[in-house]
Amino acid sequence: MRFFSTIFVAFRALRRNKMRSILTALGIIIGVGAVIAMVSIGDGAESQVEAQIASLGQNIILVFAGSATTAGARSGYGGAGTLTLGDAAEMKSQVRDIAGVSPEIRGQAQVLANGLNWATRIMGESEDYLAMRQWPLAEGANFSDQDIRSDGKVCIIGQTIVTNLFPDGAALGKTLRIRNLPFKIIGVLAAKGFSLQGTDQDDFILIPYTSAMKRFSRQSYLGTINVQAEDANHMATIEQDISNLLRDRHHITAGRDDDFRVQDQQEIAAAATATTRTMTFLLGAIAGVSLLVGGIGIMNIMLVSVTERTREIGIRMAVGAHGSDIRMQFLIEAVVLSLMGGTLGILLGIAASQVLSHLNHWPVLISTVAIVTAFVFSGAVGICFGYYPASKAAQLDPIDALRYE
Amino acid sequence: MSSVVQLENIHKVYDSGEVKVHAVRGVSIEIQKGEFVALMGASGSGKSTLMNLLGCLDRPTEGRYLLDGTDVSRLDRNELADIRNKKLGFVFQGFNLLARTTALENVELPMFYGQRRVSAQEMKERAMHCLDIVGLANRADHFPSQLSGGQQQRAAIARGLVNQPQVLLADEPTGNLDSKTSIEVMGVFQKLNEEGITILMVTHELDVAHYCKRNLILRDGQLVNDVLIKDRMIAETELRKLREAETAHKLTA
Repeated sequence: MRFFSTIFVAFRALRRNKMRSILTALGIIIGVGAVIAMVSIGDGAESQVEAQIASLGQNIILVFAGSATTAGARSGYGGAGTLTLGDAAEMKSQVRDIAGVSPEIRGQAQVLANGLNWATRIMGESEDYLAMRQWPLAEGANFSDQDIRSDGKVCIIGQTIVTNLFPDGAALGKTLRIRNLPFKIIGVLAAKGFSLQGTDQDDFILIPYTSAMKRFSRQSYLGTINVQAEDANHMATIEQDISNLLRDRHHITAGRDDDFRVQDQQEIAAAATATTRTMTFLLGAIAGVSLLVGGIGIMNIMLVSVTERTREIGIRMAVGAHGSDIRMQFLIEAVVLSLMGGTLGILLGIAASQVLSHLNHWPVLISTVAIVTAFVFSGAVGICFGYYPASKAAQLDPIDALRYE
Repeated sequence: MSSVVQLENIHKVYDSGEVKVHAVRGVSIEIQKGEFVALMGASGSGKSTLMNLLGCLDRPTEGRYLLDGTDVSRLDRNELADIRNKKLGFVFQGFNLLARTTALENVELPMFYGQRRVSAQEMKERAMHCLDIVGLANRADHFPSQLSGGQQQRAAIARGLVNQPQVLLADEPTGNLDSKTSIEVMGVFQKLNEEGITILMVTHELDVAHYCKRNLILRDGQLVNDVLIKDRMIAETELRKLREAETAHKLTA
């Protein structure tokens, strides 16, 4: 086949009808542009939701102690006092792919400072806690190794504590009293706002867990241990390893129930991203329909073009063109049109999503996959919708075609 | 001399369901290299059908057609297309040039569909050479709409020549032209014929046929007359006479 000269012939034909070529490609331009813009916006939304979920704490595994029964009343998870500091230390040293471990002590207390008082949550945690929760400090520093080892009387406070105990805002370096013990404020957290359940996430005080055990709750066991996996793929193995480790340490024989519980937050994250993914798919599908309409537009114009150029087809056949040459010519015209439309559409889509992101402050992610798919798809549209008109042209009888007025 | 076209008892029947139309009924013709033949006949005599058969655009129902020694009467669509490309040149009544395509590009067209790949450079050279033969080299980059009828027909002749065909087939080549331009175009044909090109043309105009060397007359699908023209008209002489008459007319007026 004389493929290259046919491409040349097709380009020549398109150039001869510039305006019509552009208008025909317009359907594809808009279709592809819509696909790119919609998918970019959808991906942007997805990444934003993912970031929000990540800020809740990413790849966190919670280990609770089991429930204890006292005088017929069951305490609920964390009450049994079966988790120890030894368990936490073993996890950190024995289980692979762990990014951080934070033993947790929770309690309530009336806190005094500056002649004001406030009832709030007290949480004993390790130095890994802030990184786990992806919680930046507004000012000051995280706990040091020394603070943890020496049961340091230091604390990091949330923004709600600052507003209620230090109305002038200067909290760093001051001292507050928890159950009459002075704690020095070494850090102030950035504000996080309310959680989905409506609790004020900024209304709490962090102290070293060693300090909490010794000076605050005066207990030798832990209610909860927070564990962070290095990445989401290791979650399942880590959970299994922790479970095995604890059963071994707690001497639980095969067949007996665990005296602890291991849980993760993956499900929430998965549900949320699934929602936005559905959105992206929906937007993409709507845009895909417009691409289909663009394809039908190409078919329409190609059919008109074949009828209009019947005589040309007759002349070409008379001087020796095979049916396949004619088919190839019209097919190439259709594909060139749709690929041209695809390229312009990609540019249009990128421009549109940039403008939208700029105007609405939406995050927009230009997806390479979407661009490549749209380009390939527009080529496929050209072939699919160009094939019928091209075959019609190829089957013309040269005598009839030459006589066509 | 070897025969370029050899028709042996050709029949063509159109079967449109109920009625069978017997358009060509047993025609045998032999045309030698270098001949200049006019095929004549009234409308409905079957000359268009015969022309389509000769031009390998259609296949006979019966009979044998040897073109340059090859039997082309049983070839398929694609093989016929290759034969048309290699061995035949076409000139039509309505010129049939591609609109919005320059004269040069129109002449290049048959080379696109040749079995041998021709470089762009060679295409242009050959097309220019053919335009030069018909005296249109200075109009190579004009579009058909910018050319007169006679010039368009000359471009079409150049296109017919570009693949060096065995036979140049012309279907009523002067049908759309005025009498003076007709003579000019016949002059081009005569010049080409003198250079050895075999020409076969269909016409219903007797005076146009008189520029040819041999006339075939067709009636009701059969060949009824085959004459050699002894005192054929020469286009150059006729044109000179026409010019003299014009000047004489101007002088007297």
